[in-house]
Amino acid sequence: MSHIKGIAASSGIAIAKVYRLEAPDLSYEKRTIDVPENEVKRLHEALDISKSELEKIKEHTKKSLGDEHAEIFSAHLLVLSDPELIQPIEDKIKSDNVNAEAALEETANMFIDLFKNMDNEYMRERAADIQDVTKRVMAHLIGVTFPDPALINEEVVIVADDLTPSDTAQLNKQFVKGFTTDIGGRTSHSAIMARSLEIPAVVGTKEITGKAQKGTMIIVDGIDGDVIVDPSEQDLDKYRDKMARFEEQKQEWAKLKDEATVTSEGTHVELAANIGTPEDVQGVLDNGGEGVGLYRTEFLYMGKNQLPTEEEQFDAYKSVLEQMGDKPVVVRTLDIGGDKELDYLELPKELNPFLGFRAIRLCLERDDIFRTQLRALLRASVHGNLKIMFPMIATLEEFREAKNILNEEKLKLQEEGKDVSENIEVGIMVEIPSTAMIARRFAKEVDFFSIGTNDLIQYTMAADRMNERVSYLYQPYNPAILNLINNVIEAAHAEGKWAGMCGEMAGDSIAIPILLGLGLDEFSMSATSILPARTQLKDLSKEEMASVKDTLLSMGTADEVVAFIKEKTNQ
Amino acid sequence: MQEKTFTITSSDGVHARPATVLVQKAGQFQSDINMHYKGKAVNLKSIMGIMSLGIPSGAEIEITAEGKDEEEAIQQLADTMKNEGLGE
Repeated sequence: MSHIKGIAASSGIAIAKVYRLEAPDLSYEKRTIDVPENEVKRLHEALDISKSELEKIKEHTKKSLGDEHAEIFSAHLLVLSDPELIQPIEDKIKSDNVNAEAALEETANMFIDLFKNMDNEYMRERAADIQDVTKRVMAHLIGVTFPDPALINEEVVIVADDLTPSDTAQLNKQFVKGFTTDIGGRTSHSAIMARSLEIPAVVGTKEITGKAQKGTMIIVDGIDGDVIVDPSEQDLDKYRDKMARFEEQKQEWAKLKDEATVTSEGTHVELAANIGTPEDVQGVLDNGGEGVGLYRTEFLYMGKNQLPTEEEQFDAYKSVLEQMGDKPVVVRTLDIGGDKELDYLELPKELNPFLGFRAIRLCLERDDIFRTQLRALLRASVHGNLKIMFPMIATLEEFREAKNILNEEKLKLQEEGKDVSENIEVGIMVEIPSTAMIARRFAKEVDFFSIGTNDLIQYTMAADRMNERVSYLYQPYNPAILNLINNVIEAAHAEGKWAGMCGEMAGDSIAIPILLGLGLDEFSMSATSILPARTQLKDLSKEEMASVKDTLLSMGTADEVVAFIKEKTNQ
Repeated sequence: MQEKTFTITSSDGVHARPATVLVQKAGQFQSDINMHYKGKAVNLKSIMGIMSLGIPSGAEIEITAEGKDEEEAIQQLADTMKNEGLGE
């Protein structure tokens, strides 16, 4: 038995067998064989299994992510039936008397090299597709498992170094009870996805892949950040108990699902959810969300070979707006760059991607991409209560330029005779200190602010949030951050606008009382944090928290703030 | 033998998605079907063959079919080329 500590990334308890998601060892020995027919038969068996797996993955992807994302697997399937690939492998087995593994690798490599040497970037990338599919066949020839999260059909806990967004998107909640990784933090993609899928997760354990063997029992406690490999009977009892209590607690929370969010004196604040895809909306409604405070549109652009079309985007936006009815939906325009890359845009590598060409900076230069998104949004606007938000705004000029482009597209659509809502609020995400500092000036021109704390903290503290060695500087409660947040909220209210927050901080039990006292109007968080937050707010007094605002803002350290709030709110 | 010439109009040339549809369509016929570009001929039932030609936008290509269902094959492949926005 071993006990490992990590970062609690998504609450809940998972108890199941370990499923290791990792690249298998594909090394083999090149052998001379006597009966080529047997090798050809082995080859075809491996091809057949690979094809049936790909069919399943394709179906699963179609269901979870839509037709467009499933397309790539149609191409992969064709590679496995390609006569120009299969025939040369068979010929090689027969003429060179080598085993199927060697014939496969040598033939595949010939094609991979051919594509790698083409003068077209797009074609060069196809080499990776061939590599992907032939690896799967190789794994079956060697007899090792090629892990596919989409194919899991028994209850498991996934153990991996890290999970990519596409790995996470393939997870089937019915069987994947939880996951735990070596790297990552509360705000890494895998953690955010886990919360939106409502799968318990512990990330950043540093050593779980070295401790958890395939098939052993494992407990993932996403409430306190504990992982126990090969637990004793006592541990199992203890955690089954904790799981039951958590379920009870969830049912308590569920009672507040259709209640308004009010403080002890009856003041209303809005609790909204952060989402990534139209499929996430159900979770928002099930958890009693009063709106969508952040719709990350990046997922429409990721995991594919080309930009999404206007129609594709329109369908997604319309679906979210319709499902939410008259509840507000704040859509953030494309925030790509930084740690979120799109290979097909072929952007040059940057030394400091977080300080580089990303989000609105990219959209203003590549306005063809931006305009397509805005058109899709404007057309969808008649299907619900849409608000548009621009990310990474650092200067007033950027906001004005973005808004001009929006207005131009609106006019064009109207000239084409298309319906566009007249009541679309246009706001900005406040995540750069320069904007927070002169929020007063911005407040005159924007309809709302949404404070993005993850980036605001990293830019204010000058600490890369992906760098674990400076993670101590990721301090949401640092008085410097609180003063910036206060500045933004006061600026909004001075101009009769509203201020929300869509960073992880908005759902945090220490931050909630502080933000309430600062006067935040809208709290947008992971859907699963909404009911706990509503429960907490019921017992908090806005007036009382506002009365300690100056005390908090004049403190010197984050620790002082935390100690003060814990004492004040009995946490 | 049946043959037909096309000009590629798709701005990305013959990329993976339309190539996939084309190869799937070719696979439905008995005839030997080839695509010719710049003096090279590849089997149109082979995705890697098609992709290896790296056909750009504006290129002139020729599709040939030889076999029992050659006429039907050329006809339907021309429809596919058009429907996929590949070329005419």
